[in-house]
Amino acid sequence: MTAVVATSGLGKRYGRNWALSDCTLEIPQGHVVGLVGPNGAGKSTLLNLAVGLLSPSAGEIEVLGGRPASDPQQLGRVGFVAQDTPTFAGLSVGDHLRLGAHLNPGWDAELAEGRIAQLGLALDHRAGKLSGGQRAQLVLTLAVAKRPELLILDEPVASLDPLARREFLQILMETVAEHGVSVVLSSHLVADIERVCDYLVVLVASRVQVAGTIDDLLSSHVRLIGARHDMGSMPSNQEVIEESHTDRQSTILIRTDGPILDPRWTVEQVSLEDVVLAYMGQQSGERSSRRQRLAIRR
Amino acid sequence: MIWLAWRQFRVQASIMLGLLVAVAIVAALTGPHLSQVHNAFLIACKQAHDCDSTTDPVSSTYHGLAVALQTMMLLLPLLLGLFWGAPLIAREFETGTYRLAWSQSVSRRRWVMVKIGLVVLSAMLAAGALSLIVTWWSSASDAAQQDRFGVATFGLRGVVPIAYAAFACAFGVAAGALLRKVVPAMATTLVAYVVARVAVALWVRPHFMSPVLSSVSLLSPNSGGTGFSINAGSNAVTVTAGPPIIPNAWVVSSKIVDGAGQSPTQQVLQKVCPNLPGIASGPASAVGQSGGVHAVPTGGQGAFPQCITKLAVHYHELAAYQPASRYWAFQGLETGVFLVLAVALAALTLWWVRHRVA
Repeated sequence: MTAVVATSGLGKRYGRNWALSDCTLEIPQGHVVGLVGPNGAGKSTLLNLAVGLLSPSAGEIEVLGGRPASDPQQLGRVGFVAQDTPTFAGLSVGDHLRLGAHLNPGWDAELAEGRIAQLGLALDHRAGKLSGGQRAQLVLTLAVAKRPELLILDEPVASLDPLARREFLQILMETVAEHGVSVVLSSHLVADIERVCDYLVVLVASRVQVAGTIDDLLSSHVRLIGARHDMGSMPSNQEVIEESHTDRQSTILIRTDGPILDPRWTVEQVSLEDVVLAYMGQQSGERSSRRQRLAIRR
Repeated sequence: MIWLAWRQFRVQASIMLGLLVAVAIVAALTGPHLSQVHNAFLIACKQAHDCDSTTDPVSSTYHGLAVALQTMMLLLPLLLGLFWGAPLIAREFETGTYRLAWSQSVSRRRWVMVKIGLVVLSAMLAAGALSLIVTWWSSASDAAQQDRFGVATFGLRGVVPIAYAAFACAFGVAAGALLRKVVPAMATTLVAYVVARVAVALWVRPHFMSPVLSSVSLLSPNSGGTGFSINAGSNAVTVTAGPPIIPNAWVVSSKIVDGAGQSPTQQVLQKVCPNLPGIASGPASAVGQSGGVHAVPTGGQGAFPQCITKLAVHYHELAAYQPASRYWAFQGLETGVFLVLAVALAALTLWWVRHRVA
C-alpha cells in the first residue's frame, strides 16, 4: 500500500509561529480519509502544503510520490477544493467550466457539464451570485473534472447549512464511488467525517494522535465503567486514552486489541465522536500538566 | 492560461478601447482645423514679414480640448498602473481566487507571466495609441511653440508614454503581489510613479548626453535678452542672460562670460555700467532688461542697453543646450530607462510569487 500523502518532520512557520511543526504521517491510498482536529491543529496548513500552495519551512512532504505543485503534470494529479471555496465572482458558471477546460489537459467536459446540469445550475449564472452550497459544488466540479488521482478538500462544508452540507457530501461520495479517486477531507465535525470517510486521522497540535480505518477504530476502542480503580493495574494490551473518576466510579476509554477479561468492568461500545474527543482531550490534558510544571518551576 | 487572463481582463480592455475610440473621433474632427489655422497664420505672417512678434492663433484654438488631451496623456499611465496593475494579483489574494487558479494544471510561473504580459502589453498599447493621437493632434501647436523638450510636452508625446505605462503597470502588479491588498498597492503605486517621473526628469534626463555649448553675442537677436539687478545695500550689480532662443532645443544653462570663460566681475560691471545704480528707482533693488529685438527699454533704463553694448565687446553669452536633433535620442533613452525598470519589476513579481508566496 503506497501513501498518497507522506510527510516527515514537516513544519510550516509564519514569522516566529509554527502553524505546523514536526508532523510525520502517512495517508494510505484508496481511502476517503477524514482529517480531524481542533482549530489550530494545523489541518489547513497540512493540506495547503500537500497541494503546494504553501511550501514547507522544515521537513518533507510527498504527494503521490512527487513534490507538490512541482510541475503542471503533478498539479493535474491533485484536485483541490480550498477553504471557503473561492470562485471568480465576475465569471459565470460556464466560464468556470471553460477555465477548467483551458487549464487542465485531462479535463473531462462531459463529466463537468453533466454535474452542472445535475445540480441545476445555469451556465450563464454569475459565480458571485451563487449560494455558498452552489459555489462549493462548482469548485468540486472543477476539482473532479480535471480527473485527479487524489482529491483534497479543506473544510469544504464548514460554511454550509445542514442541507447543503448533506447534498455536497452525497455528491462527493457518488463521485468517489464512480471514479475511484483517493480523497483527503478535513473537517472539525465528526458527523460529516463519519458519513463519508472510511479512514480517520486525528491531528492535534501537529501530531497524529491516532490514525486508522474507522471500522478498526470503533472495534479497538471501548469504554469501561466500574468501581473506582487504580489506573496502574491495567493489562499491558490496554492503553488508557481518557479517564474520569468520581468518588466511587471510574469511566475509562481504552484502546485494546483483545477482549476485556476483568469482570469488574462493564463494557460499552463507543461512537466515533467519543474516540475523537478522547484523543483531543488527551492532548489538552498534556498541555495543562505542562503548564503546571512551568508554574512550579517559576 | 491566456484565455483566463483575457477573460478576467476583457471588461477593462473594452472600456479602454471605447475611451480611445471616443478620443480618436474627437481628435479626428478637430485636428484638421488646427493645421488649417496654423498654415493660414504662417502664410499671413510671412506676407507681413513678421512671424516672430505675433502669436500663432493655433495655440489658443480648442484650448479646453488641448488641456483635456494633455491631462489625459499625463494621467493615463498612472491610472493604468493604479487600476490595471495594482489589482491584477492583489485582488486574487484578497478574494482567495489564487487558490483556485493555482490548483489548476498550470504552473505559477506561467500564471504570473501571462497575467503580467497581457496587462502590461495592453497598457503599452493603450498609452501608445493615446500618445499617437495627442502627438498628431498637437503637431500644429507644437510647431508654433517650438519647445519639444518642454515640461508640458516631452513626456506627453512620442514613445515615452508607452514606457511610463509599462513601468506604472509593472509597479502596480509588483506592489499588489508583495502587499496582497489592492488599496495599499494602489497608494504605493501612486507615490512611486510620481517620484520616479520627477526623479528621472530632474536628475537622470539631463545626464543622458552632455549638452552642446554655443556662444551667442549679447546683441544678437537670438540671445534670450539680458537683465540686471542691483542690491540696494551694497550697490552690487548683477547682469544675467536669459536662455537664448534656439528652436525646439533644451537650454540647460546660460551665462555671460569673456573669451577666457570668466564672468564679469563687479569692477568690470561698475566700469562699463557706471550709470546703472543711478537708475535704480526703488529702495530695495532695481531690475531691468534689454537684448535683441524682444526687449523694449523703458524710461530711465535706456542706460542699460548702452552698458550691454559696451559689455558685449569683451563678453558673450555661453549657452549649454540639447539641440532639437537629439529629441528622438532623448525619447529613446527615457523610454529605455522606464522599460528596464518595468522588466525588473516584472522579474521581481515572478520571483516573489514563485518563491515567497508560500
